[in-house]
Amino acid sequence: MNRFLIPFGLFIVVVGFLAVGLTLNPRELPSPLVGKMAPEFSLPQLHDQEKVISSNDLKGQVWLLNFWASWCGGCKDEHPVLIRLAQSGAVPIYGMDYKDERREALAWLKEWGNPYSIVAVDQLGRVGINFGVYGVPETYVIDKAGVIRYKQIGPLREDILEKKILPLVKELQNQ
Amino acid sequence: MIPEIGHYALILALCVAVVQGTLPIYGAAVRDSSLMAIAKPAARAQFLLVLLAFCCLGYAFAVKDFSVLYVAATSNSQLPLHYRLAAIWGAHEGSLLLWMFILSIWMVAVSFLSTHLPEAMRARILGVMGLVSVGFLLFMLTVSNPFERLIPAALDGRDLNPLLQDPGMVIHPPMLYMGYVGFSVAFSFAIAALLGGTLDAAWARWSRPWTTVAWCFMTVGVAMGSGWAYYELGWGGWWFWDPVENASFMPWLAGTALMHSLAVTDKRGSFKAWSVLLAIMAFSLSLLGTFLVRSGVLTSVHAFATDPKRGLFILVFLAIVIGGSLVLYAWRAPRVGLGGGFAIISREGMLLANNVLLVAALGSVLLGTLYPLFLDALDLGKISVGPPYFDTVFLPLMTPAIFLMGIGPLAQWKQASLPALAIRLRWAFGVSLVTAVVVPWLMGQWTPLVSLGLLLAFWILATIVVDLRERLLQAEGGGSIGGRIALLPRAYWGMVLAHAGVALFIVGVTMVKGFEVEQDVRMNVGETATLGGYTFRFDGTQQVNGPNYVAARGTIHVSQGGKEVTIMYPEKRRYFVQNQTMTEAAISPGLLRDLYVSLGEPLEGGAWSVRLYHKPFIDWIWGGCLIMASGGILAVSDRRYRLAWRRKEASVPAAAQMARPTVS
Amino acid sequence: MRWLWVLILLLPSLATAYEAQPLAADPQVEARLKVLAVELRCLVCQNQTLADSNAPLAEDLRREVREMIAKGMSDREIIDFLVARYGDFVLYRPPWKLTTTLLWVGPFLLLGAGATGLVFALRRRQKKITDVTLSEAEHNRVAKLLSEGAHRP
Repeated sequence: MNRFLIPFGLFIVVVGFLAVGLTLNPRELPSPLVGKMAPEFSLPQLHDQEKVISSNDLKGQVWLLNFWASWCGGCKDEHPVLIRLAQSGAVPIYGMDYKDERREALAWLKEWGNPYSIVAVDQLGRVGINFGVYGVPETYVIDKAGVIRYKQIGPLREDILEKKILPLVKELQNQ
Repeated sequence: MIPEIGHYALILALCVAVVQGTLPIYGAAVRDSSLMAIAKPAARAQFLLVLLAFCCLGYAFAVKDFSVLYVAATSNSQLPLHYRLAAIWGAHEGSLLLWMFILSIWMVAVSFLSTHLPEAMRARILGVMGLVSVGFLLFMLTVSNPFERLIPAALDGRDLNPLLQDPGMVIHPPMLYMGYVGFSVAFSFAIAALLGGTLDAAWARWSRPWTTVAWCFMTVGVAMGSGWAYYELGWGGWWFWDPVENASFMPWLAGTALMHSLAVTDKRGSFKAWSVLLAIMAFSLSLLGTFLVRSGVLTSVHAFATDPKRGLFILVFLAIVIGGSLVLYAWRAPRVGLGGGFAIISREGMLLANNVLLVAALGSVLLGTLYPLFLDALDLGKISVGPPYFDTVFLPLMTPAIFLMGIGPLAQWKQASLPALAIRLRWAFGVSLVTAVVVPWLMGQWTPLVSLGLLLAFWILATIVVDLRERLLQAEGGGSIGGRIALLPRAYWGMVLAHAGVALFIVGVTMVKGFEVEQDVRMNVGETATLGGYTFRFDGTQQVNGPNYVAARGTIHVSQGGKEVTIMYPEKRRYFVQNQTMTEAAISPGLLRDLYVSLGEPLEGGAWSVRLYHKPFIDWIWGGCLIMASGGILAVSDRRYRLAWRRKEASVPAAAQMARPTVS
Repeated sequence: MRWLWVLILLLPSLATAYEAQPLAADPQVEARLKVLAVELRCLVCQNQTLADSNAPLAEDLRREVREMIAKGMSDREIIDFLVARYGDFVLYRPPWKLTTTLLWVGPFLLLGAGATGLVFALRRRQKKITDVTLSEAEHNRVAKLLSEGAHRP
């Protein structure tokens, strides 16, 4: 009797995995860079093309790096959240304008508001590749030493902000 | 009004299915003839009801009724009629209706062609099929209703995905589903045998033709899917080990193993429990495929739009049907007798070794397909498992199976001798080896993999010749070759044809993978490129208007050695409704090679980037599959099945009398 | 006379002007890219290779890989570069790791288990089944029955 139950046993295991699979998202890609040094970058700023913003300038503080673009729908969804966050002053947000047109990006920020301390321009998407970006919007939480602590894939939502990001930021700021 | 009729027909069909799934099985358990007799008319009634529902949906598509949500989502006023009808199965809900429709076709076929079976057996078979249809009808009526209304009606539909607006769409899903659903018949036979508690060689004999026909359809369905991807997707690939492709390949592997195992059970009455398990496995893999395509647990180009509710329903259905069957198997199988004995080295032994290899291959494909899900569920990271894995693992498993294909048919039943077989086969091996080494060398490029592929293919063909020669020499057809050929049963010729089809398939795969060449060029008007001995001249593009698209059609003159061979018209189409751009490759098919041209992007000055391919022997891949399937059909037309069918008409009265309860 | 020389010198270039040029700037780099790109996954597509995809990210990644090849990086280094940024997901050939051991070894384990199972089952069956041998009288009876059957209508 025992060995005839093996097919059933194997089947139950597979069904268990499939059931768990229903709760997962096979297309979401967690970042291998969490816990590692953020890639260095040195890019022109959106609002003042003569000036350069470099990742080194931002060491010593906890900050958010938000990849966005004027052509991105999800960015519009998360924008009010970013505006409120910027107004609260809890943590500085730096923007990375990903594969965008300068004119469109400036117009977009004018229309929807600018939550960013500084916006860097990643015209060709190279910095994005270094950060492991595969879509916009994506947001990174980076600590004082320049290590990536968290990556948010997709639009930021209030509840994620409350539950995950703000507590983490507070903890990192106290270090 | 018409969609409501269709909807109501489905509800009625569900009621009939519930009756069909319960009363006959109960009747078989208590030997009540009147209850068992419900099965046949119930199956036929279900067929008529589902047919009605199917026609109602087809009507809604034909008259462009955009007040039906499904029609609005998958059709469009500019879509030509044949594609509007094919759009019936263009998305999730309608494809379920197609599944159900094909299930009802198989049910009605079983109801007509099973009069030689004992009454209880037939009642149970149709009962099990009824239970399966309960699941699908319930699924449709709860979370996947194709007749759901859209109020207010849409002004126009969202159009069928341009990739699906193609003749392949008209044939591939129906063929594939005939295969998937066909395995439900073998499954029902198996469950009926387990329920009845009498599992004998007769069961295997009855099951074989049904299994073979389902396998033929499956072969054609999978081959068509591959051929369609080849010419539709624009980069000449024909198999990607994509999860949905694997979902159709796994039942095929199980079905192939089942066909061979049933041969052993039929002949020897042994390994009954294993055949039953394979039958359960084949249909389980069909259901698993249905789950994988619609639940969103795996990423695939072929996946339907996904909804977790639907995934959950199918999973629960899957768990009940397969879990129930496997529990029944664990309960009843140990009591099954052992049947006749045979040596390890014998035809039976080799058929079972074939089974082990096929099931190991099947297991590997399943492992590779589900492994990313396993790791993700255990929070061990995200990986991808793609063609490099499957190619690496599949080939070593299939190679011994193909060697066995050559030896098996020559081995005697019950006991064979390896040394004797080796002597009979030494010429075949020698010829295959020499040809396999020489041919690639003559073609200018020798690689071990190409030689291995050719060795396997020639081995199959050479052993067929050896076997045929031996049988013709031994047959007592009165001296003439024609007479002796006629004496060999069709089942034998079916096997020969099917195995030869495998050989041709292997030739196609080997030659294409070994010798195909491609070129990516920028072509100005008038420029030429040479590839594989052919010269391609680009003569510019012109705008062409289709029914629901506008295209840039290129003209390419192909010549060989100065003589014009053909003119090819690759297109770059833009479909209006979904604003999607599609590449329509131009293919010049040939017995020995395909020429494949696809347009890339327009460059300045009327020039285009063009991709050219020369693919030798690629049509042998699908040709081989079609020959395999025709071998199966030939085998099913064997005398013993036709006789059994004819004999049933004489014996029905006697059987009916016996089955009537003797208690008054 | 000079124009004749110019014409003669120009003639060869005229002949090859009708030959289509390869799309890629450097065919050798392109060939290496192809071999690599077929094993890499397009991250934003529904299961397509980097070679076959038309997605913008795929084009960016192809561009990166081209530059890395041109810089002289080895295949291993390029793969490591991408895996460092995107994880093992980007590889269609799963790497050999503790977590993928079952994946790579599994098929052969299955084969071994199946073959062993088959041999054991056949041996066990041979011990249980004893063939019935027919006696002389029974042989004759069988022959008689068979010949009778041949005459039945």
